[in-house]
Amino acid sequence: MFAPVYLDHNATTPTDPAVLEAMLPYFSAQFGNASSRHEYGRAARRAIDQARNQVAEAVGAHATEVVFTSGGSEANNLLLKGSAACLRPGLLAVSAAEHPCVLKPAEQLARRGWTLAKLPVDGDGRIDGEHYEAVMARKPKIVSLLLANNETGVIQDLEPLAARARAAGAWFHSDAVQAFGKLPLDFRRLNSAGVHALTLSAHKMGGPKGAAALIVDKRVELEPLIAGGGHERGLRSGTENVAAIVGFGVACRLAVERRSALAAELARLRTQLEDGLLGLGAKLFGAGAQRLPNTVYFAVAGIDGETLVGHLDRAGYAVASGAACSSANPEPSHVLRAMGVDEQLARAAVRVSLGRGNNEEQVAGFLATLKSTVDRLQRLTAMAV
Amino acid sequence: MAYSVKVLDHYENPRNVGSFARDEEGVATGMVGAPACGDVMKLQIKVGKGGIIEDAKFKTYGCGSAIASSSLVTEWVKGRTIDQAMDIRNTQIAEELALPPVKIHCSILAEDAIKAAVADYRKKHGEQG
Amino acid sequence: MLKLPIYLDYSATTPVDPRVAEKMIPYLVEKFGNPASRSHSFGWEAEAAVEEAREEVANLVNADPKEIVWTSGATESNNLALKGAAQFYCGKGKHLITVKTEHKAVLDTCRELERQGFAVSYLDVQENGLIDLEAFSSALRPDTILASVMFVNNEIGVIQPIAELGEICRSRGILLHVDAAQATGKVAIDLATLKVDLMSFSAHKTYGPKGIGALYVQRKPRVRLNAQMHGGGHERGFRSGTLPTHQIVGMGEAFRLARLEMGVENERIRMLRDRLLRGVSDIDEVYINGDMEHRVPHNLNLSFAYVEGESLLMAIKDLAVSSGSACTSASLEPSYVLRALGRNDELAHSSIRFTLGRFTTADEVDYATRLLHEKISRLRELSPLWEMVQEGVDLSTVQWAAH
Ligand SMILES: Cc1ncc(COP(=O)(O)O)c(C=O)c1O
Ligand SMILES: Cc1ncc(COP(=O)(O)O)c(C=O)c1O
Repeated sequence: MFAPVYLDHNATTPTDPAVLEAMLPYFSAQFGNASSRHEYGRAARRAIDQARNQVAEAVGAHATEVVFTSGGSEANNLLLKGSAACLRPGLLAVSAAEHPCVLKPAEQLARRGWTLAKLPVDGDGRIDGEHYEAVMARKPKIVSLLLANNETGVIQDLEPLAARARAAGAWFHSDAVQAFGKLPLDFRRLNSAGVHALTLSAHKMGGPKGAAALIVDKRVELEPLIAGGGHERGLRSGTENVAAIVGFGVACRLAVERRSALAAELARLRTQLEDGLLGLGAKLFGAGAQRLPNTVYFAVAGIDGETLVGHLDRAGYAVASGAACSSANPEPSHVLRAMGVDEQLARAAVRVSLGRGNNEEQVAGFLATLKSTVDRLQRLTAMAV
Repeated sequence: MAYSVKVLDHYENPRNVGSFARDEEGVATGMVGAPACGDVMKLQIKVGKGGIIEDAKFKTYGCGSAIASSSLVTEWVKGRTIDQAMDIRNTQIAEELALPPVKIHCSILAEDAIKAAVADYRKKHGEQG
Repeated sequence: MLKLPIYLDYSATTPVDPRVAEKMIPYLVEKFGNPASRSHSFGWEAEAAVEEAREEVANLVNADPKEIVWTSGATESNNLALKGAAQFYCGKGKHLITVKTEHKAVLDTCRELERQGFAVSYLDVQENGLIDLEAFSSALRPDTILASVMFVNNEIGVIQPIAELGEICRSRGILLHVDAAQATGKVAIDLATLKVDLMSFSAHKTYGPKGIGALYVQRKPRVRLNAQMHGGGHERGFRSGTLPTHQIVGMGEAFRLARLEMGVENERIRMLRDRLLRGVSDIDEVYINGDMEHRVPHNLNLSFAYVEGESLLMAIKDLAVSSGSACTSASLEPSYVLRALGRNDELAHSSIRFTLGRFTTADEVDYATRLLHEKISRLRELSPLWEMVQEGVDLSTVQWAAH
């Protein structure tokens, strides 16, 4: 059978077999509603409690700081809109390179009386220090910055940024969806530096889709996004998705166990990949910044990214041309535009995101396929002009 | 709701369930609580010579903790004088049964039931408080 | 051998049907793609599965697949429907109508809308739990923009007259939202004829997985909503967030099975329910809560007078049943639904909801019947109230010592 090679782990990951194994009983024998008071319900409640501990432990948080949601998007919406609802409208600052599920809620708040400052990033995708300082001087009430960018993999140096925001009196949130499982995360330490909330999502780190968490300092007052029943300490109502939450918990445990070995392996593959890409004359985005060990964002000038990924898919390599999380979006990547990449080159962008199970052979195969595809496309373009 | 072993024991095997005839010599009755609140306890004591409680019976409409509290109290009052029975405190009941905070009211009700039964006895026998 | 405790709480949640689980699993492992991925076969495969499931959900209720928006469950659907419509149409008016026996997901959302400046009328129901159409009509105001009435009540199983409510609302230009979480697979739903604008669904009440639901948003006439979750613009902007493919596939399969099997299944369950009712009907002073005629066949809600609900639950711990609503957490309050029927506190306190389902057997029902006989008589032996009633005391004349 033809099995394509999956190189799009920032879009989503396969559920780990051990995670699936742990989830299965919660579809059959252990199917209770965690709010029920009989044994079926209590068993479900215990399973959720255990998963909550596993998630908390994996990021150095306390179990009572974990709020389960249906996804990272919901967690980001909850933090931004929920904290804003408890404050008088003021200044809200997010980076220009945020994921849409931070940008769009921020834009919504801007329609409801908040002032939105989009923080510029430099050519490598890092927060521009001078602008950041200028915005902090205006005393924002909420600041939200991606820990690791989903397109470029660029990592922000969170602690000093959070410390500065705290001095300005802001709640500081970071979307850690892409960082979790690839970088060590210690909420206690981040919290003492001024980070009040983190977003995590299971399906980006070997867990199932449908479970995610907001890790949140209890001092942050939140209005729930979803009312009705008072689940999750009143912050998120709705029957708990027990199976997915259990899977999330196990995925967290595995992620901690595997993280350093996995990160080293991915970094090795990334180097192999980047060396090959540079040999093809590709441009690497964010190359000057600290990046996730698994993410490579590149462009071959003159070759449309959409076209290229289509060819690669047919040749058996699944990669992304832009942010896979959003639906069909003809605009070039807002992240690259924020980094000052010109529109032409931004349209050529291709993202490769490696994950558990990828190997050297696959990377070599990908590079060879990429080279022949690029050669062919370049010949075609040359003929067209 | 997780019940303690002792609550479960009293609930499964309640001690001294039943009623004395109301006109029986030395019998006094305390009835406390209200159906609307979800619990009603009826505690009866049978007082013999020297003001000693010779026997006790109860009936309770209420949750497991309420049933256990009243069952326990019937055991505790037997053999005590009515004055000694009045010394029983809800905290002792709650502690003995390991009641969770939401169930403390059951132990308060049981203490009230003792007081009501003793008050009934004193009323019938014209004793002064 | 019976497996204890016997599950008679199918309205709280249902197991995932094994046929459903089997369809879901591949979408966690080999077909794990993100349905929003546009650049490779993993994504397309997931997207195709999502669209097929959307069709199955639409088929059960005779809607257009384009009218189905995925959510994380009926709680979210109710929030999206009520807040989304109220916020979009607030220029037309700021009054909403709902019913006192609705699920918390509707009631709590209405409370939130009140804090946002909307006015909400909470209608009483009749003693049988059904809404009075006259009372409903007269509660409508010129500034009413939306009414929310559940299809099937989660505690007492009564079926509200949705078709009639739809006519009334449509003729007045008022949107009608219906929480159908407890209705799918139990009553026939034909959205091509019902004049309903918004309808909430949940998979886990119909043998699908937890964590997935849907909102029907009518296209003709078109209903507009303000999104409540913003991001990548999934679900045509109604609801952003990565779609949980396996859960969606599960909901599709669960609803497909419901469509194919509900006719036969409901008759079987009705027989079992009636067997349970017959079995306990020789116990003194047992009261049925809610109308028996306009009721789903799965539900039996009974009050056992002079026996307190929590001790009863404890006594029948071999039966997994609920008293009050399972969706509200460990509160000792008597059910607000039964209070709305005008049941007094004692009867509200002593109510048990039995909900039967796909895997309930006659042996289980018979076991339950025997257990109820035994335990009710034991608890009544313990009950001072029962004793008084046997002695001829009218409890309503008793002065209770308040505490
Ligand atoms: C950085 C980042 N944040 C949030 C999300 C959204 O999370 P979810 O897919 O769980 O809604 C994604 C991916 O979709 C992401 O890459
Ligand atoms: C009538 C009704 N509406 C809504 C819900 C909530 O649905 P979900 O569990 O999918 O959030 C339930 C059950 O919990 C229900 O019974």
